[in-house]
Amino acid sequence: MGEPGVPPRTLRRVIGDGEALPDGEVEGLDERDLIELYRGMVLLRTYDERSLVYHRQGRIGTYAIFWNHEAMQVGAVYALERDDWIFPSYRESAIGLLRGMPASTVLSWWRGHPAGWWNPVDYNVASICVPIGTHVPHATGLAWGRKLRGEHTCAIAFFGDGATSEGSFHEGANFAGVMRAPVILFCNNNGWAISTPVSAQTAAETLADKAVGYGMPGLRVDGGDVLAVYDATREAVERARAGEGPTFIEAVTYRAAPHATADDPSAYIDPERVEEEKRNECLGRYERYLLRAGVLTEQLAEEIRGEAFETMRKGIADAEAEPAADLGLLFENTYANSPSSFDEELAELREILRS
Amino acid sequence: MSEKLLVEALNDAFHVELERDPNVMVMGEDVGRAGGVFRATAGLRDRFGPDRCVDTPLAEAGILGTAVGLCMAGWRPVCEMQYDAFSYPCLDQLITHVGRYRWRTGGAMEFPVTIRMPYGGGVRAPELHDDSPEAYYVHTPGVKVAIPSTPADAKGLLAAAIREPDPVVIFEPKLHYRTMRGEVPDGEHVVPLGKARVAREGTDVTLVAYGAMVPLAEQAAEALEDETSVEILDIRTLKPLDEDALLASAAKTGRVVIVQEAPRTAGFGAELAAILAEKAILDLRGPVLRVTGYDVPYPYWQIEDAYMPSVERVVAAVRKLLEF
Repeated sequence: MGEPGVPPRTLRRVIGDGEALPDGEVEGLDERDLIELYRGMVLLRTYDERSLVYHRQGRIGTYAIFWNHEAMQVGAVYALERDDWIFPSYRESAIGLLRGMPASTVLSWWRGHPAGWWNPVDYNVASICVPIGTHVPHATGLAWGRKLRGEHTCAIAFFGDGATSEGSFHEGANFAGVMRAPVILFCNNNGWAISTPVSAQTAAETLADKAVGYGMPGLRVDGGDVLAVYDATREAVERARAGEGPTFIEAVTYRAAPHATADDPSAYIDPERVEEEKRNECLGRYERYLLRAGVLTEQLAEEIRGEAFETMRKGIADAEAEPAADLGLLFENTYANSPSSFDEELAELREILRS
Repeated sequence: MSEKLLVEALNDAFHVELERDPNVMVMGEDVGRAGGVFRATAGLRDRFGPDRCVDTPLAEAGILGTAVGLCMAGWRPVCEMQYDAFSYPCLDQLITHVGRYRWRTGGAMEFPVTIRMPYGGGVRAPELHDDSPEAYYVHTPGVKVAIPSTPADAKGLLAAAIREPDPVVIFEPKLHYRTMRGEVPDGEHVVPLGKARVAREGTDVTLVAYGAMVPLAEQAAEALEDETSVEILDIRTLKPLDEDALLASAAKTGRVVIVQEAPRTAGFGAELAAILAEKAILDLRGPVLRVTGYDVPYPYWQIEDAYMPSVERVVAAVRKLLEF
């Protein structure tokens, strides 16, 4: 594993099922790490579940649900150093919380308020990428650019199974291979691009197979197993830092929630498969693993859930307390040196709105 | 000052700017080993190394997309699109990210990327080597666009683009790469963005042009020398536009003919005409006329001369306006 060539068919797995499948462990992770991973997953789960409530209450706009994707996001980010860059898609909108970004910032983004625009340098988290797969070349470019400067940081781009059909994914992945960019291409294969199943997305046997064509290793991992995701990403990070170039990780899961708040999956999805996935969702799986290992107690779990809930309570309060955006912002920040016409247009607009 | 071909002036700008700022890098298809298919980047790989003059895979969206990431790592990438019409895949990155990323970060991050490409026809080339796609680029918020018409401006505008904190697209008139020679200042030479140039003083009618249409306008002015006094305004920067210069010339002559190689509908000439309609109506003695390419794909080269604005068509438009 970890070398270019045909990727394995089986998914990496660490967490067992408490019955026939035995639990494994990841070397180098101590109890504190295991709890930190849990804390991150609870934080993101709480973010996601509260956001759905806020959407229904009309407090945020359309929202892309990431329920059951927490293991992939938390496991991968935990394998990075703070200096490493994260390039999220909208499915990872709250990933900055794992780097200390206030929940109010992400909530403001979904509220369409300018307080939701952050400075990527503050967290080494790039802006949320909306057009599918177009941020893959950005991650490659940043990783390549850092390498040219002799730095040992790497970058990770998160995208879904649908993104692997996009031209920009191909161009970004191919550049990464050619430039030996220290970048990790992290594909969360949840089986669906809105209503299009992965079988209609590609004729390849696995998405990891695509890595062969880019001259990079492809790893396959159970996307519901936070420890397996961590383990695979750590391996990719080590390769990147050693100057061995990019790695493609296919994390396989199943989308057990709608694509977004505006989507009704009943028209296309298999409800039995969704129910099965819900019973086996990633946070519950990890929680049971930690309880079996005696690392987590119900009391600690309750404490961590309480912290996350409080983060969200404060987050939405802060987001809603943001003063209304001044319309002058319409004309700010597009250019470092704005054209003089902007001043005239703003003055005219203010005058019309005043009268 | 030295006399240089237009493409040599661009090459000179590269050597000066890469020497001046170690963060400037050049990337594109065949820009390194070959020095560019037109030799605009000749000698850069040998002088500055393969990391600062990078031969990339054939992937225009990948070139511009990775340039976004390079900007985030502190580089100032200059991306060559090998030909005008080969640049279209890069519009994806230009529209969705390059023009928006600064705004998306609340102005916190800069994306000082330069995109440059040879553009325009008249070179007897196969299909899709002859387009004038400036309107697509000008229409994109967050992006500035300049088109030089002389060797000195080619050097100065490219240098300005490289030093600019915002994304800039430079269209270079490939017809004149090796047919136009001119005096070019040695060493550092910057022509500020947003400043038009009066290429010829006149009193009766203004020809507004940019890029390869400026020498054509000059030929038309000479052909009309015995009939009328023609002023030529070389727009140089399409965005931000030097409106003051446009309005001043319109006020001076009262008659404006816009010469544009690109297809007519919603071309940049339409924008110039609209500004004149909004802001110069009382100065005008007749309608603003356009001499442009037609709303068809750029034609087979055996009939391309009929497509291109010609001296005859410009002269006819001027006469029509004078008779209005």
